[in-house]
Formats: sequence, C-alpha cells, structure tokens
Amino acid sequence: MPIEILMPALSPTMTEGTLAKWLKNEGDAVVAGDVIAEIETDKATMEVEAVDEGILGKILVPGGTEGVKVNQPIALLLEEGEDKSAPAAARPTAKPGVPAAESVAATARAVMAAPAAAAAVAAEHEWTGPTKTLTVREALRDAMAEEMRRDDSVYLMGEEVAQYQGAYKVSQGLLDEFGDRRVIDTPITEHGFSGLAVGAAFNGLRPIVEFMTFNFAMQAIDHIINSAAKTLYMSGGQMGCPIVFRGPNGAASRVAAQHSQCYASWYAHCPGLKVVAPWSAADAKGLLKSAIRDPNPVIFLENELLYGQSSEVPDDADWTVPLGKAKIVRPGKDITILAFSIMVGKALDAAEALAAEGIDAEVIDLRTLRPLDTRTILDSVRKTNRVVSVEEGWPYAGIGAELSAVIMEQAFDWLDAPVARVSGVDVPLPYAANLERLALPQAQHIVEAAKAACYRS
Amino acid sequence: MAKAAAKRGPRGKSTPAASSEELLHHYREMLLIRRFEEKAGQLYGMGLIGGFCHLYIGQEAVVVGAQAAIGPEDSVLTSYRDHGHMLATGMDPRGVMAELTGRIDGYSKGKGGSMHMFSREKNFYGGHGIVGAQVPIGTGIAFAYKYRGLNNVCLTYFGDGASNQGQVYESFNMAALWKLPVIYIIENNKYGMGTAVERSSANAELCQRGRAYGIPGESVDGMDVQAMKAATEKAVAHSRAGKGPFILEAMTYRYRGHSMSDPAKYRSKEEVQKVRSERDPIDHLRALLLEGGHADEDALKKIDRAVKDIVADAAEFAQNSPEPDPSELWTDVLVEA
Repeated sequence: MPIEILMPALSPTMTEGTLAKWLKNEGDAVVAGDVIAEIETDKATMEVEAVDEGILGKILVPGGTEGVKVNQPIALLLEEGEDKSAPAAARPTAKPGVPAAESVAATARAVMAAPAAAAAVAAEHEWTGPTKTLTVREALRDAMAEEMRRDDSVYLMGEEVAQYQGAYKVSQGLLDEFGDRRVIDTPITEHGFSGLAVGAAFNGLRPIVEFMTFNFAMQAIDHIINSAAKTLYMSGGQMGCPIVFRGPNGAASRVAAQHSQCYASWYAHCPGLKVVAPWSAADAKGLLKSAIRDPNPVIFLENELLYGQSSEVPDDADWTVPLGKAKIVRPGKDITILAFSIMVGKALDAAEALAAEGIDAEVIDLRTLRPLDTRTILDSVRKTNRVVSVEEGWPYAGIGAELSAVIMEQAFDWLDAPVARVSGVDVPLPYAANLERLALPQAQHIVEAAKAACYRS
Repeated sequence: MAKAAAKRGPRGKSTPAASSEELLHHYREMLLIRRFEEKAGQLYGMGLIGGFCHLYIGQEAVVVGAQAAIGPEDSVLTSYRDHGHMLATGMDPRGVMAELTGRIDGYSKGKGGSMHMFSREKNFYGGHGIVGAQVPIGTGIAFAYKYRGLNNVCLTYFGDGASNQGQVYESFNMAALWKLPVIYIIENNKYGMGTAVERSSANAELCQRGRAYGIPGESVDGMDVQAMKAATEKAVAHSRAGKGPFILEAMTYRYRGHSMSDPAKYRSKEEVQKVRSERDPIDHLRALLLEGGHADEDALKKIDRAVKDIVADAAEFAQNSPEPDPSELWTDVLVEA
C-alpha cells in the first residue's frame, strides 16, 4: 500500500507553509534520511527528510505551492513493485490537543478551588511534658542532631557548617558528633552544591542544605525551582526530592541591600515547594524536624536576629510541629494580625499597645507559608472581621497580597474594612541606621494600620 | 557462536576484541535509536509531538558504547537530547514514544515531554531542560553512592554548549575534591545550537577542561562504538577504584538541526553530507560486521526488520494511548507525606 507523505510541522507554532521545491522526482528511490523537499515556514527554509524507504510514486503538491496545511498529503511513497494508483494507507491523524469544553470548565473550577492551601492539618498536641529553655539557634541544632541520629540518610552541607561550626553557629557541635561524612563543608559554590544535593536527594539521601544566608541562594534558585520543585511532576511522580534548604532570610542589621531581602513570596509562589518561616524556638525545632522528615523540598526561612531569642521547647526527640498549620499566639476578638518569622514579635508588641487603647487583637503566626493554613486565617477573620497582614518583604506581589486575595475571595462578606498591609518599604534596603529603620516594618506601623482598620485612627 | 573480532579497530586504533554477539548488540541498539528518532521526527511533522524535540541522529555510538561499559546498578543522566540515552538504558520504546506524544502511558504520564523523562527502574535520572543543570545533579548522584559506600558510578552526559556553564566547573571542583564516582561525557557535536565550538570556547579542547581540578580527560572518536566502550571502561575503572571523576570528550556529530525547528543554516550541506557518508557510526559498524564475517546481509536485514517493527509498534502505541485524565493536572505536585 502506498504511504502518504504529509506536509510536516517543523516548528511548535507552524500551521501551514510553502512547499518551496522538490529535490526528488517521481520515480526516484529514497531511503530514510534522504532530503526530499524544501519547505518554507514562518521562520525559515527547512529540509524535509524521508522517514521510510521506497519509490517517490506521485507528487501531490507541486513545488512552489503556498499555504499548504500541516498534515495535508504532499506525495505518495511506494514500496518496491507497488503501483501509484493503489489506495493510500490510512495515516493516523493528529489528535487535537484541545480539551473538550466540559473539561475546560471543570479545570477552571478546579483552579478556583485549589490554591496552595493545606488540607486540614491537625495542630501539634498541646505539650504538657518537660521543657527546656533554648535559643532558636540551639533549637535548630537540636532538630538537626535528633533527625541525624534517627536517619543515616540525613546529612548537612553548606559553607562553614563543619569545622567553623556554622557561620552563625547553628551547626555547633554537629561535626564532633557525626563526623565529616555527614557534616560537610562545601566550597563557596551555591549553584553547584545545591544541584549536587538535589541529585543526592533523587538518589535517596535527605540533604539539609544550609545557605549562609538566603541572599546567596539566588545563585542556586534554578536548582531549587527547576530541579527540586518541578521534577516530581515532570517525572510523573517518580523522582521525589526530600531536601531542606535552610538559612537566615530577610534583613539582619546594617548589612544593606544585597544581604537584606525576604524571599518568602519568591518561594511561596512555586508549586512543588513547601515554605516554612518559624518565629519561636519551639516551632523552629518542631518545624525543622517535620521539614527534614517531609518527602518534598522544603524552604526553611530563618532569621538571624531571632537566633539568640529563647523560649520553652518540649524536651522530647519525637515531638514535631506539622507543616501547614498556623498558630494563634495571642487570641483576641477585634482584629486579626497575620505575621510570620520576626514580624510575629512586632505583631505581639503592637497587640500590647493596641490593648492599651481598648483594641483586642488576635495575632496569628502563619509558620508555614506554603501550603497556607487558610482555615485558621479565615476562622479568625470571620470572628474579628478586620485584618492586618505584616511582612518584612516588599509589598508588590508579596505574601500580604496573597493573603488579601484569599480573604477577599473566601471571606468577603465578613470583612468590615479592607485588608491592611504592613510591609517593608518598596526600595532596596538602605545602610544608614535611620533609613534602615524607616524601611522596615515597626510595631508602630502595625498599630496604626490596625487602628485605621478599626476606624479608630 | 561468538567469535573474536578484528584486533584492530576501524581507524587504526587498537581496541579490545569484541564478540560477534556484542557487536550485533551494538548494531541493534544504534539502529533502534536511529529509527526511533526518525519516527519521532515524522510524528513531530504530523503534529503528534509538540514543543521542542531534539533528535540524537548521528550520535548513537556515544551512548551505546558508553552504556556497554556500565552495569544496571549504575546511573545515567543527560540533557534534553535524551531519547537515545533512554533507549540505551533499556527503557521501553513504547513508554518513551508515548511521553513524546503526551499520553498517559508515557514515562512521565505525559507531563514531562521530550526533554523531561525519568526511570527509577532503569536508573535513568533525566532528561534535563536547563543547559548544564544535569551536571551538578549527576555529581550528587555520585555523591550519594559514595555516601552509602556503594561502588556504583554515574555517567553524566552534557554537550559542548553546556561545557561553558559555570555550574559544570563548580561540579568538577567538588567531584575532584571529594573523589566522587562520576564520569563526565561531553558529547561534542560541534555546535551549541547554532554556535560552533570554536566561536564559543577559548580552548576548544574540551577534554582538557578538568585540568585545573586534576581531572583526567580523554578525547574519543564518538562515531566509533567500540572506541566509546573502551574509553568508558577505562574511565569507569578509574572511578570505581576511588580515584574520582573522569572526563571523556566524545567527538561526534548531529545530522539534524538543534531541534526540529532549526534550519541549520550555520553549516553547509556538504559538511553534513561528508560526515554522513564517511563517518556514520551505523554504516561503519555494518561494514565491520560484514567484513569481519560476524553476520551476513540476511542476518542484518533481520535486525533491521525487527527494529523497524519495534519502532512501528511504539509509534502505534503512542498514538493510541489516551491523553492524561484532567485529574492528572493536580497529581505529583507533592509527595503525600
């Protein structure tokens, strides 16, 4: 049976083209790979190669024809001894890739209904056992040590994590306990060691990658997003990447723009990642343990200014805090203040000041930014009817913008005032002490925003 | 029935004697890749394969030779020009083709496409779309082998274009520093998309790129499957002995454009034709098989037909497999804890 040679698509966007000229004549023998014709596409002149062997039996579209549609038969290829008048083999035609209208509608609904929200996650058990007073720094160290004792596939790598004991001393003592097989000083090579750790995670290890600060992770962001976050999906579920990227995020103190940026909204934007930003020492420990045990890539945003702060931490190696669960750190009834990381402390200071003025604020520590605990947020909004979001990062497309949208979409009728956003000022962070202070959110800004939302300014 | 092959390789190079069985296996594997790629090009032309599609035609000897030097427990990863590597690791042509057509029976359920395919079972770690990104990842796979005390190696392929990416050198440094069992195979097909190596590389001798890190490197005739196998065996022995990474620069050539939509105006037709007629790895092995008495025309025709049937079956399968269910849109974003 003759084989129809079809007008080929030669680019992702081509729908038709000009059959410029035939390079073989009727009756010529061709083998796979022979160039038989030239086609002009919207971009270039391309060669068409034969993909079967046979005799070019009949040219159906002569050279010089314009507007030849993709998949239109342009010639017949005969097998040896075949007659060109024989009926052509039915060629499978391309299935349209356009989904039916019904499934488009279903998909649209699904898009509406599926933000990066946590499926109802149970909070950690109320701890009634013994506690220890730990700094955030010690809590993070203990979390890593406990998980490394529990699972030999967990290891730590990063700049100065081993012999130097950590640029911020978070990994103090780990080299002594676990040795240089599992606590690994890397060269200053963020892109390289992040990609290397992703490969190790694909191959069954559970790396903890410490960035000296998250500012330097911009060198590695291709591997965090393209390699760690997307590969599970692109592999149809085969290539899980259990890895934690951790380190200080946001402004420290007087280190200026390149060393002072909050990456919360950058990473929270991306499907395939979980993003955590703890405030208290207990949460730092409990969440980091959960992050290490999680089978997915987790971005763990710490804050240098919190490392030295202490709080009570459950004294139990099995105690963890679930990812995806916010925490009400101060109950109240008049207004909800949403914050994470270092801003939780500022929010609590603001709540004290507001209380003095007769406003009873509820402060929620988001703890996990992706998936977001929308249930806890919305329950609070439906109770207080007013919201202030607080973040250190920039306002444009920030976490506050996302929170505002979620609340508007899902609790619009409960709002008595627009959601107020308190954020870092929309400039690179300045060095001068006075300007730096002006650029970062302070408790007073939160107080003012809350009063405005309560129409009490 | 295996019999000793000629002691001297095709281009005067001394290569170890190979059995008829092995040479016929190489022939079949290379032919499978070529026919598969021709079929992929055809399906692309019919609009059944979308997006970017980078064919491996011309480079078959590189991956077939190297694969013959490792075991099933070793791993392989490469760039987006990955169909040949997948077939060489033993992945099912049906599953690969069905991924190209974006169907549910593809290796990634239709969600990865030509450039993003994986097989845990065959230790194939992708299929990476960002030029050079597979290099630190492959280095990390080797890191995990060493960490766990395994004697496996990872073949990390990349092109001459990728050899100018910074992360390649970050990887070289760590691999040499930590003596990781990774073999870097640079497939030098002369062009990074449309830019000739000499126009992109201050030193075009890519096998020397590891010198600053003390990594040994060798240039290999990438159009000669036996030379590729011999060179890879040497590199693998080096890595398995705990001596760290090794670089092989496979001198090869791609017959088609960079991707399906590349008119390849940066090189002459004569240049392509010359390689095809003088250095084609499959023609070359075919002649060797016949001249050396390893097989007769009939036996080779039988292989040709069997390969053609496998590819036709894969294409048929890939067109009949359904598109993924709309519910697949939401799966595999995260592993459920």
